[in-house]
Amino acid sequence: MSYGGGELLSDISFKLQPGSFHFLTGPSGAGKTTFLKLCYGALMPTAGHVRLFGADVRAMTRDDVAMMRRRVGVVHQDVQFLDHLPLADNVALPLTVSGRDLLSENSNLNELLNWVGLRSRADARPPELSGGERQRAALARAVIMSPDIVLADEPTGNIDWEMSQRLLQLLVELNRMGKTIMIATHDLNLIRAAKSQVQARVLRISNRRLQLAGADL
Amino acid sequence: MKLDPTRIVEFLTGDAQADRIVPPTGFTARLTQFSAGAMAFLCVFALALSLATGRLAARWGDELARSSTIRISAPAEQVAAQTEAALRLLETTPGVKSARALTADEQADLLAPWFGPDLPLDTLPIPQLIEVIEAGDGYDAAGLRLRLSAEVPGAVLDDHTRWRRPLVKAASRLRMLGWLSIGLIGVTMAAMITLAAQAALSANAQVIAVLRLVGACDSYIAQAFMRRFTLRALSGAAIGTVLGMAVVLLLPAAQEQGGFLTGLGFRSWHWLLPLFIPLAGGAVAFLATRAAARKTLGELT
Repeated sequence: MSYGGGELLSDISFKLQPGSFHFLTGPSGAGKTTFLKLCYGALMPTAGHVRLFGADVRAMTRDDVAMMRRRVGVVHQDVQFLDHLPLADNVALPLTVSGRDLLSENSNLNELLNWVGLRSRADARPPELSGGERQRAALARAVIMSPDIVLADEPTGNIDWEMSQRLLQLLVELNRMGKTIMIATHDLNLIRAAKSQVQARVLRISNRRLQLAGADL
Repeated sequence: MKLDPTRIVEFLTGDAQADRIVPPTGFTARLTQFSAGAMAFLCVFALALSLATGRLAARWGDELARSSTIRISAPAEQVAAQTEAALRLLETTPGVKSARALTADEQADLLAPWFGPDLPLDTLPIPQLIEVIEAGDGYDAAGLRLRLSAEVPGAVLDDHTRWRRPLVKAASRLRMLGWLSIGLIGVTMAAMITLAAQAALSANAQVIAVLRLVGACDSYIAQAFMRRFTLRALSGAAIGTVLGMAVVLLLPAAQEQGGFLTGLGFRSWHWLLPLFIPLAGGAVAFLATRAAARKTLGELT
């Protein structure tokens, strides 16, 4: 993968196992976000192959990418919503755009809002939410389609430690339900906290390579 | 794309959920609607102009082609004999339905607007006029001229083409101008809607990015914008068309010998034609927004 002439990631060969829990770490600008973007088809590799659910991204049409994203939940550090719609509609947005019947999913939606602790904020507009609430709303939106994988890019970057713990808790619960989780972060405390609860592997990007970091973190 | 009525209705009634994904925009919505209305209003007049000049050209062409005149200028004592000879000749000319010499009174009536009613015409050497009415496909003007020059030396045939042609040509040009205006109005409207749609698409870049991230197909996103702009153009054009038709209705009625200005308007079933303007406006908006949306979405991931 190269950006503006300079290679960012190279000689990476990696296969994400279903049901695994991975952290992706490395210094700022090392390519964590780029790696995640490759994983949900927001970027195309300039060389080599990226296969998502067995399909080569370069052979995918724009609609194929849209369909693939219904199986991948993405949480960004500065997550974006449709600011004119209430939180509940934003969380349900993946259902809306995939043409699901919202009425039949209503109980699911309420359950999910309960799970992330935002039931009472369902009618709030996204700009009225705090950083922690936004991250949890983003997680709810990412998992409402019951995706196979959740990709989180610095999900705890803007929130305090207590809220990070809570978010991590939710991600660990998702992993126990069989979802594959990949979290890009440089917060080592978060990684340590996770390791006590789940068998997490740590991938480190440095010198344009992806390495499996030892257990000695 | 095939036109399927049920799909058009589906598109227009839409899906309330999909509608909400594009943030409401009060002011630009009204601007789009207003421009579509103004264009439709102008289009009604261009259409009226085209139809009126079309009618005029047809009438001039038709009426004038059906009749011609023979003028006999001869020394006073020969006029009667030559008129007789010309009438006899016309009776045997194929393609001539009837021919008759105008009476002195009729000729006086024709000249009255120029010379006044009191002029003693009988003292002047006024040429005798013969009105020729054509039948079917008309007669052979060149042949008739030859025969006249042989048998009636004082006769001059005027089949009106000399001055009819530029009039019909002018009317046809006017009609063409009308159609050209309608075309330009359509293109301008397409350009306007494209600009508005592109502005809306870039103003909503964040919305589009979020929708793509959660797995929305391009067609779903484009549909939401297309529906909005099509409905705006449709409603705006409908209002403009109704206003335009009302103004045309209020124009002074055409007089019998009126020029094309007083004849500007619609006749009988032509009143149905402007009703297609809003539909055309909606179709233009649909295509323009679709092109703009495809272009914008194609540049995103």
